[in-house]
Amino acid sequence: MRENTFTLQQGSSPLAVIWVWRGLMLAAAILLLTLYGTVLDGYEITIVVLAAVGLAFLGQNWRGFRWHALITAVLSLWAVKRYGSDLKLADTDFLLNYLLSSQSAIMWMSALFLMAMLAYFTGLFMRSEFSDKVGTGLTWTAVTMGMIGLMVRWRESYLISPDVGHIPVSNLYEVFILFAVITALLYLFYERRYQTRALGGFVLLVISMAVIFQLWYTFGRGANEIQPLVPALQSYWMKIHVPANFVGYGAFSLAAMIGVAYLLKTWQTSSNPQGVLATRLPLLPVMDDLMYKAIALGFAFFTLATILGALWAAEAWGGYWSWDPKETWALIVWLNYAAWLHMRMTKGWHGRPMAWWAIIGLFVTLFAFLGVNMFLSGLHSYGTL
Amino acid sequence: MSRPSFARRLFSFLSTMDLAITLLLTLAIASIIGTVLQQNQPYPDYLLKFGPFWFDVFESLGLYDVYSAAWFLLILVLLVVSTSVCVFRNAPTMVREIWQLRTQVQAKSLRAMQHHEQWTQSSDVETLTAQAQAYFTQQGFRNKVVARPEAGETLISAMKGGMNRMGYLLTHLAIIVICLGALLDSNVPMKLAKWQGNLQVETRDLSISKVPQESRLAVGNHAFRGSISIPEGKSASVAFIGLEDGYVMQELPFKIAVKDFRIAHYATGQPKSFESDLVITDPELESPLEQTISVNHPLSYRGYTIYQASFADGGSLLTLKPWALSQEIGPFDTAFNTKVFDKQATAWGSNAAQLEITNFRVFNINPDPTDDEPGNMRNFGPTINFKIRSKTGEAREYENYMLPVPRDGRDYFFSGVRENPNETFRYLYLPVDDNGSVAGWVAFVGALQDTELVDMIAAEMATITLSDVTTEKGILQKNLHNSLAALVELFLRGGFSEVGRFIEASLPEADREALGAAYLAMLREMLGRVYIHTLDQPAIQTITDLNDEQVFFLQDAVTAVGALPLYGAPVYLELTDYTHIQATGLQIAHMPGKPIVYLGCAMLIIGVFLLFYLPQRRFWLILKPEQNGCNLLFAGMSNRNPYEFDSFFDQTYQQLKQAVEGNFDPEKRSESMT
Ligand code: HEM
Repeated sequence: MRENTFTLQQGSSPLAVIWVWRGLMLAAAILLLTLYGTVLDGYEITIVVLAAVGLAFLGQNWRGFRWHALITAVLSLWAVKRYGSDLKLADTDFLLNYLLSSQSAIMWMSALFLMAMLAYFTGLFMRSEFSDKVGTGLTWTAVTMGMIGLMVRWRESYLISPDVGHIPVSNLYEVFILFAVITALLYLFYERRYQTRALGGFVLLVISMAVIFQLWYTFGRGANEIQPLVPALQSYWMKIHVPANFVGYGAFSLAAMIGVAYLLKTWQTSSNPQGVLATRLPLLPVMDDLMYKAIALGFAFFTLATILGALWAAEAWGGYWSWDPKETWALIVWLNYAAWLHMRMTKGWHGRPMAWWAIIGLFVTLFAFLGVNMFLSGLHSYGTL
Repeated sequence: MSRPSFARRLFSFLSTMDLAITLLLTLAIASIIGTVLQQNQPYPDYLLKFGPFWFDVFESLGLYDVYSAAWFLLILVLLVVSTSVCVFRNAPTMVREIWQLRTQVQAKSLRAMQHHEQWTQSSDVETLTAQAQAYFTQQGFRNKVVARPEAGETLISAMKGGMNRMGYLLTHLAIIVICLGALLDSNVPMKLAKWQGNLQVETRDLSISKVPQESRLAVGNHAFRGSISIPEGKSASVAFIGLEDGYVMQELPFKIAVKDFRIAHYATGQPKSFESDLVITDPELESPLEQTISVNHPLSYRGYTIYQASFADGGSLLTLKPWALSQEIGPFDTAFNTKVFDKQATAWGSNAAQLEITNFRVFNINPDPTDDEPGNMRNFGPTINFKIRSKTGEAREYENYMLPVPRDGRDYFFSGVRENPNETFRYLYLPVDDNGSVAGWVAFVGALQDTELVDMIAAEMATITLSDVTTEKGILQKNLHNSLAALVELFLRGGFSEVGRFIEASLPEADREALGAAYLAMLREMLGRVYIHTLDQPAIQTITDLNDEQVFFLQDAVTAVGALPLYGAPVYLELTDYTHIQATGLQIAHMPGKPIVYLGCAMLIIGVFLLFYLPQRRFWLILKPEQNGCNLLFAGMSNRNPYEFDSFFDQTYQQLKQAVEGNFDPEKRSESMT
């Protein structure tokens, strides 16, 4: 008999729930299209339909995500309603000022992520399951506040002026929030799937770093101000290119942090087999598999994002590939992970070297994400520090 | 045993994974170079940066255009070859794997598999086989029943996700397809033509008609990406392609005329859109094609795509009024007309030889200095940029604002100056007089440079200052008179710093502090008196008679005069009128490889997702009759996601068990789904 050391949570929901959820997404899409069908163009209609399908898919077997989506939708709509057409209410309306204006929602998100990290680490080191669960709860709340922040910010940009309005994925500040939210969602997905909360603190560590950077960027540089889009960014492509990219970045970060946990565990297993890390972190092969999963997911979405970027470039810059520094670094990141995947799939490498490589991969990714904007010049007029 | 032939060994070397991984990483590292060193810059810039020795070394390595350097292309070609060989070797197996069910397996090997179960059932083999097969079919498995009379058993082989192997093929073929398509669109053919001597890179700045035949590319189906700047109201039917340290000129089969170029702004002043109204005339068209393009919205026509890439001045018409800042040239007040990009000889002063207008902008959106929020922008109105080139060839560049700019509650005309393009402008703030003009300040400069006038005022001031002195009055007065005139001259020559230097040099250290302050006070008094003279208001006799506004004006005027020696121009050029003519910068691309590349991209995306998210799963069931029923041996394997397969196998096993008993209900999707 094979040894059954570990089971995956296949986590399917009752059929009735699945169909109610699907029906809800269908109803939402239909409602949107009947209300606004006349002002939406073909592209936007496609996006609405795809978003509904995507949400229906993500939520059908994932209870946490269903609640997240519902609460985000309800609170965002509530905030939009509170605003009416007066942006100034952000400072005077109690609910907006303290909870739901994009700025406060994002501050909540930041605080909650930091608290979640503490809870996860406490859970890990004090061997407290309760604290672990608090970590999960805080992370879900943070993700929800972050998502609400983005949604409300989207609306706020239109309240400034209809011609300023745009989806909040257009500058460094906004994508940092996107990064935190997406990475946390990816983590939550695997946390449930692999039934382990022990990795939470490690993943929340990168997220917290992003959050701290974002706070500095807000208070040090006033980057939270909504700016109108420069002409180069006024494109439909941006709306899918950027999120796809951040699924990639998020997954690569996740893989790297699992790599860190992996190395810590191997290190402690040899020095102190009864230590917290050695006993409480998931089994090495499980982490190894998880690392592979995350890199595969990142690779798939990064491929998609780079290709979408090429399509966009072909429309905006006069060529699908210009060897612009950002593009080139995307290629470098991509080649690096392609090599990683081959090393693992076809040469069968496992364990520590691959964990180290995943960590190095994060630095390469980080350079493509931030370093290029900081140190190199090019066509990506995306944001500077 | 003979050694395999060289071709065989090469073939297997090319398909090794080690080579593939090495190439992937080498390509990644090589790509870094071009992101660190800015590519395709003018060669003189590189020369300046690296010096002649390294400039040559880097040039021979092709580092100024790494991505089309021979060695870089070689890595790419090797990667493509390696991938092709790899696909070629694996394709037959992969294709077979997509469809083929494995029916050769023996019970022994199934028992050796990590995932297997064995149990007994009381029904007969035929019923069980039929029910199991129905189950597999219903669950979407391809399957096949093989009777093995020799072993007295029946095998069902089932499989799902064979398309995973198609994913492998698509992913790797995509790499080849994309690279081939991109090769078609690259500038490699152009470089080859140059190398064969069929194409000459032009480095001179020539007008279109003067570009020699060897540097022209006729209309054809080759790929290119070029650009051209067309002023409003003008047209062109060529594009310039940057190549090495110069360009070649591509002819187009149609003519592009620019009717209008527009920039729209947001309320905050940032640019909102750049648009050009184009008219395409082509013998193949019945009537001209009119279309507006903007950033992100190009025009595609006959396989050519025309993009809004940039904009520039298109030779705006300007009226300039020169104000003399030097006695040498005397006053003049006749405005003259010129155009942006014009160069003209001047007669200003002994050394200024040529005026070159380099740019004109209608809007200058800068942070508002009167606002606390640094982010708030303001439009400061039109500017002109020009160079004044001396007879020896050196040029200073100037930037003059047309409208007064407020700073700390007062208005100034700004004039920036810099010696070379890498510096930022240093600004001269010229105070605006009561009439809103620079005339008041120019008059002050003129008066200070009028030695007779200064002399007269110095004498006057000396007399008044020494009116109470009785002894040796004549000599003292003479000395003071001379000193005052000399101070003004020093000030004109080098501002307060020159005066300071003079004080350092000529006064004994002990007296320096007291006397120095006295000197500066006297200089200020002198400057004030000269200013009062220019006012021509008899009621005002001394500095104390000046009103606040005049005192401020005097302060600013003095500061500006003190900075004049650094300004270095013999005139201040005031922009009095303009007609704005813009030029739109178009990029024109012809990319015949694009559909191929896009096909490759589609293959890549589909391939990658198939590879990662469609696991290939195989199951086998061997049914062997026993005394009182049938023994079933069930086994399965998957080529990825081992952990997911654990539970998938369990679930399939449970369902199959129910199914062969005839009580599996697919509607009761208990814990199905993955
Ligand atoms: C730019 C070049 C290449 C890219 C982007 C690429 C991409 C990929 C990807 C994404 C996978 C899936 C890995 C996984 O399942 O985790 C893969 C698998 C594989 N690649 Fe490549 N590859 C490239 C070049 C090559 C070359 C040159 C070879 C041959 C020497 C090769 C041989 C293989 C093999 C044998 C597999 C395993 C297929 C399987 O059994 O699932 N690849 N490749």
